[in-house]
Amino acid sequence: MQRIGVFVCHCGTNIAATVDVAKVAEMALNEQGVVHAEDYQYMCSEAGQAKIQAAIKEKNLTGIVVCSCSPRMHETTFREAAERAGLNPYMVEIANIREHCSWIHKDVEEATKKAVILMRAAVAKVNLNAPLKPGESRVTKRALVIGGGIAGIQTALDIADAGYKVDIVEKTPSIGGRMSQLDKTFPTLDCSACILTPKMVEVNKHENVTIYTYSEVEKVSGFVGDFTVDIRKKARSVDMDKCTGCGVCQEKCPSKKTLSEFNRGLNTRSAIYTPFAQAIPNVPVIDRDSCMKFQTGKCGVCSKVCQAGAIDYEQQDEIITEKYGAIVVATGFDMIKLDNYDEYAYSQSPDVITSLELERVMNAAGPTKGHLERLSDGKAPKEMVFIQCVGSRCSDDRGKSYCSKICCMYTAKHAMLIRDKYPDVNVTVFYIDVRTPGKNFDEFYRRAVEDYGVNYIKGQVGKVIPQPDGKLLVRGVDLIDNKQILKEADMVVLAAAIEPNPDVRKIATMLTASIDTNNFLTEAHAKLRPVESPTAGIFLSGVCQGPKDIPETVSQAGAAAVKAIGLLAKDKLMTNPCTAHSDELMCNGCSQCANVCPYGAISYEVKEINDHGVRETRRVAVVNNALCQGCGACTVTCPSGAMDLQGFSNRQILAEVDAICR
Amino acid sequence: MKYSYYPGCTLKNKAKDLDAYARASARALGFELEEIENWQCCGGVYPLGSDEIATKLSSVRVLNEAKEKGQSLITLCSACHHVIKRVNDDMKNVEDIRTRANNYMQLEEPYAGETEVLHFLEVLRDVVGFDKLREKVTNPLTGKKIGAYYGCLLLRPGKILEFDNPENPKILEDFIRAIGAEPVIYPYRNECCGGYISLKEGEIAKDMCGNIVDSAEGFGAQMLITACPLCMYNLKKSTDEALPVIYFTELLAEALGVKGEVDNA
Repeated sequence: MQRIGVFVCHCGTNIAATVDVAKVAEMALNEQGVVHAEDYQYMCSEAGQAKIQAAIKEKNLTGIVVCSCSPRMHETTFREAAERAGLNPYMVEIANIREHCSWIHKDVEEATKKAVILMRAAVAKVNLNAPLKPGESRVTKRALVIGGGIAGIQTALDIADAGYKVDIVEKTPSIGGRMSQLDKTFPTLDCSACILTPKMVEVNKHENVTIYTYSEVEKVSGFVGDFTVDIRKKARSVDMDKCTGCGVCQEKCPSKKTLSEFNRGLNTRSAIYTPFAQAIPNVPVIDRDSCMKFQTGKCGVCSKVCQAGAIDYEQQDEIITEKYGAIVVATGFDMIKLDNYDEYAYSQSPDVITSLELERVMNAAGPTKGHLERLSDGKAPKEMVFIQCVGSRCSDDRGKSYCSKICCMYTAKHAMLIRDKYPDVNVTVFYIDVRTPGKNFDEFYRRAVEDYGVNYIKGQVGKVIPQPDGKLLVRGVDLIDNKQILKEADMVVLAAAIEPNPDVRKIATMLTASIDTNNFLTEAHAKLRPVESPTAGIFLSGVCQGPKDIPETVSQAGAAAVKAIGLLAKDKLMTNPCTAHSDELMCNGCSQCANVCPYGAISYEVKEINDHGVRETRRVAVVNNALCQGCGACTVTCPSGAMDLQGFSNRQILAEVDAICR
Repeated sequence: MKYSYYPGCTLKNKAKDLDAYARASARALGFELEEIENWQCCGGVYPLGSDEIATKLSSVRVLNEAKEKGQSLITLCSACHHVIKRVNDDMKNVEDIRTRANNYMQLEEPYAGETEVLHFLEVLRDVVGFDKLREKVTNPLTGKKIGAYYGCLLLRPGKILEFDNPENPKILEDFIRAIGAEPVIYPYRNECCGGYISLKEGEIAKDMCGNIVDSAEGFGAQMLITACPLCMYNLKKSTDEALPVIYFTELLAEALGVKGEVDNA
């Protein structure tokens, strides 16, 4: 017979304003096994925890129920408190009367009724709880970083500097990411390459870092501390050890018609290419889809001109399998496609470009060698119009609901740089709000307005109208003057919303890491655990978690590294004892559990079973406790009821249901 | 294939051409337009007043008529299409309007937006297919540079009309290609002609139509085609017929070689 204590938390007024907490405590005393019940203002506080510990000792409690917030918030807190008082932590149950009750109801009487029912269910469960003991698992002292942009580079450097091995997997032929495409960076206007390239070199030279470029994560198995990852190293068709990076192959390659990804399709590249001059590694890849040798069998020029004999048309993809203790996702972002915004004439006019395209236009290594010119006729523009929030802060499903956060600042940067270098060019910015939180950010924006004379108009643009003479007519509204504006422009620049790299969905699925409706990876806690995924051992770095500028990305990258280091520094981890197990006598070996198990934790053994005196050889399911994550999919699938989950047994769940229905 | 057909008032007087060429073309393409009996005026403007249903009932009647015949309903006039399609959407998705309209109508079986409403152009695109249409063209209009004028009624609100991308439509351009001519894409093709404002504030409509015609001419259009009698009226009136404006069905009939049937009838 259990001796159960029930502790009802007020959570200040969070719970107590809607739920009669004293009544819940009073009602608890009527439940089976309950020998103690009390309510208190903040159960999670030190004083609250002391009350729990005192009751456990004084009343000799064998189990407790805390009626409070979600177990995701404080289950660990209360388990640890109970453990310090000598109670097995798995004898603690949480009745969530905040998120599931007080926060979502208004009527005190109804909410109290519901809180009592939730309390009852938890008590019914604790009555059937048994002490559980976590096992131990080892930690592989190596981290994986997915994505080689500034976020991934910074995370890898910080982990490597702490003395741990770290691998970077980058999908494109070079590390560097979006930052390598930028010309200048706000708010200091230093050249992006000048501050990024040294970091790229440093990470490449670091003895603890291995970089796999032109590679993708293909498969992930295992769990925190002990992940096994398959990495597909795509065939580069160039031998990385032999290539000297001389670049002759790229010069001589006759197939030069592929749009350059690095220059956002504004010019072309050869079929054998490095994305940009400072690429790391400085080893080209052959894009087999546009290579004549691969498409027609005729050519082979690169092989002929390569002094080092590095070209290898026969090279195959290679799968590398490696073990990791921690995985950091740093998959970054792209700009949204503008298909839903045809009113801005992006697809109709080459002189309507995105901000990232403008970065390439302004860059000395870009398609116009850094000269600001119209892409249609190469003429220097006299009037430039910037349109903010294209697809950001959108109230319907055409765009994104969120603020992309970086656009206000980079638009101020673009406007300022243009006014500085080309003082005769007029710059107009249409905006909804100018958002400049960040150190020295507002000062930066004000310089654009006050010192550089950028014309900011509060209002949105309805349409960009290409004119027969090649000019653009921008029709917008000035909300402060309350009038419609028709403005002639030579170039229009769209601050398109940013969205997570589309590959992140696939990666999140492999990692069982949760993502939100916008495909941003979800953090374990929005405020208190912002760089961790709810999935143990997975950490988040950069824009994959939400829109960020470079300073913020670098901060978060460091934070993710620290969290990963904290994990790698441990030799052993406690494992979750709430795993599934199969009753051999009831199992008929049908395989349905193994088919639904997302972690590959279930296998089959042929065993001799003693079934009530009858000895026979049967095929039965066996759960690998190290792999099982306790999701419960097998227990609900098992047709014979042989699968059960420790800590969440069928009996316990049904007891909760009975208590609710009572 | 037989379709229920709703011509609407204008097609019985000012826009007889639009109707007659469509009927001849449909025959040539192998489908039949069966005019709904005793149809009433759609009202010309979609009634935005959400608290009354009287102005929606004429649309509900034709929609239900088509439903009872088990046919899709074809429209031709942009304004009629707009009104009927939106009322159909209301009957399907707005419970309050559906209930009150059915309470009033007292039909044997309540109407709940079951009828498929198709604009004649959608039939050409989705049922006949522009590739098939191209094969049936006997008199291709080769060399003609034609600007498609959409106006707003066929395109917006995009989610209800589901006609084409409102900001960058292509159905009329594809049609122009199918009859062997060359479409001229100009940015004002989905801008409003002013609609009924021409009756009260003629100057405004004149400005709006002026922009449309100037833009089309500037990009090299030799003529404009439209599906809307009101757009046609405004474009012609406001611009002193600077650029020929004709109904798309006339060009279709010409390309299919059946224009003579109509003109000589």
